[in-house]
Amino acid sequence: MLEVRQLQVRYGGIRAVKGVDLDVGEGELVCLIGANGAGKSSTLKAICRLIASDSSRLSYLGSDIRKSLVHELPRRGLVMVPEGRGIFPQLTVHENLAMGAYARGGGDPAAQYERFPRLKERRHQVAGTLSGGEQQMLAIARALMSEPKLLLLDEPSMGLAPQMVAKIFEIVREIAAQGVTILLVEQNALLALELAHRGYVMESGEISLAGEAKRLLENPRVREAYLGEGAG
Amino acid sequence: MDTFLQQLINGLTAGSVYAVVALGYTMVYGIIQLINFAHGEVVMIGAMVAFTVINALAPSGLPPLAVVLIGTGCAVPVCMLVGYSMERLAYRPLRGAPRLAPLITAIGVSIILQHLALMIWSRNIMAFPQIIESRTYFIAGAAITTVQIAILGICVLLMGALALLVYRTPLGTAMRATAQNPQVAGLMGIDVNRVIAATFVIGAALGAVAGVLFGTYYGIAQYTMGSVLGLKAFSAAVLGGIGNIPGAMLGGVLLGLVEALGAGYIGDLTDLCQYGWLSGLIDACAGGGHFILFGSNYQDVFAFVVLILVLVIRPSGLLGERVGERA
Ligand SMILES: Nc1ncnc2c1ncn2[C@@H]1O[C@H](COP(=O)(O)OP(=O)(O)OP(=O)(O)O)[C@@H](O)[C@H]1O
Ligand SMILES: [Mg+2]
Repeated sequence: MLEVRQLQVRYGGIRAVKGVDLDVGEGELVCLIGANGAGKSSTLKAICRLIASDSSRLSYLGSDIRKSLVHELPRRGLVMVPEGRGIFPQLTVHENLAMGAYARGGGDPAAQYERFPRLKERRHQVAGTLSGGEQQMLAIARALMSEPKLLLLDEPSMGLAPQMVAKIFEIVREIAAQGVTILLVEQNALLALELAHRGYVMESGEISLAGEAKRLLENPRVREAYLGEGAG
Repeated sequence: MDTFLQQLINGLTAGSVYAVVALGYTMVYGIIQLINFAHGEVVMIGAMVAFTVINALAPSGLPPLAVVLIGTGCAVPVCMLVGYSMERLAYRPLRGAPRLAPLITAIGVSIILQHLALMIWSRNIMAFPQIIESRTYFIAGAAITTVQIAILGICVLLMGALALLVYRTPLGTAMRATAQNPQVAGLMGIDVNRVIAATFVIGAALGAVAGVLFGTYYGIAQYTMGSVLGLKAFSAAVLGGIGNIPGAMLGGVLLGLVEALGAGYIGDLTDLCQYGWLSGLIDACAGGGHFILFGSNYQDVFAFVVLILVLVIRPSGLLGERVGERA
């Protein structure tokens, strides 16, 4: 569904992503883990065409998207929930959801309100006044309004209390079960690998490990570096 | 005649026009943080185009209202095209550049438009032909003309329509979303460039109508009229809180009122002869004469006094939020 080859991102002189290869198949839940500054967000932003990048191949549903414009991709079902949620703080919850459906000319938020009753209660509230967890729900609900085929999630658990993290992961699992393909970027490597089919580990701009999520969970290097276990 | 009520009416009329022009400044600022100094010139072009058409059609025997409507109908699309072109050609290439670059470009665009108008229409003052018979009504000692009533009505209508557009339609919501976070707006499938262009075009259309109204009110139009009118409307936008749409409306009306009341009273207040100890020193006061320091021709000063006071006391404006310095 998504094929990335030799992806490179530069910020001025800094090379943040140095030739990443990555695949996501239809119906898969793939996670991308790595330390702070590894280049995970840069990779996602490059895929969405939010930032300039170089690659030998960047294709979505079989077509080259290296020349696509940011706003064209959501219409084709490629949607990202950005790091830090990126809700529109001065729009109401309802208006935020409406913007999610903008790409397909409007849609009914009823299904999202059913999934997130909390959002329904607050639909006329300005989104900037929601709690962090509610904002993350809103960001996910808003992305789902566009009926994505491929959803890119950038650290949906960032800054949330453990209970809320568990809830967000549960929601991600549900969405995946409904047939949405997901590429999940996470700091919380344990939860992400338990949820995903496959995983990639990114280190200073490069993919250092890749494989089935179960295998990665057993990999001593992963356990040491990302699951907080000593080398012993 | 009741000075207060009279100046209230005059102030509301001029203020409602300032408000409509101020919307053009504030919408553009809200979405790309640019003070589009050329907006006053768009208003001027609206007035000039309309006056040209109206003068040409005046002898045709068409009903006066139809003539004015046709004139406005020509001015609006011309201004929309001017607004679109300036965004596309002058500002879009500078998107993401340091803020000073588009600001100086805006001043440049303003100069270019003014000189284009000078080339097309010369420096002559165009007069509004005597085709409308304005009736005057009196309420409690103050006069209000049909033209004033029409201006007030049209401005209220325009502001209402704009509020509906911005707060009740998908395009309006997309405009507000883009203003708050253009990157995420793009991720939602919003074509940010189109939304920004639409903002310019809508602001220009409002400006065109405002230009016609302003010209009709004072009966004249000239290629320089955009500068002072533009600066006043900009002051109004700052007064209300730049970037804030209800703020621009409020600021425009308030500015019109301050200006009219100021002009109405400044002569009396600065008549030095009414101050006993001074009148003895001034020969002109002998036998009930007047020595007026500032007459109502100082009217234009008030807008700038207001601007300076707002910038000193409350830079965020009446309805604006306190925003930190943006890079
Ligand atoms: N706009 C930018 N300008 C300059 N450098 C940047 C920019 N954005 C990111 N970088 C740099 O690129 C590198 C990768 O950043 P990126 O945000 O992709 O990391 P990340 O893996 O998402 O990290 P985190 O887990 O902290 O979100 C970092 O060293 C960062 O400092
Ligand atoms: Mg990141």
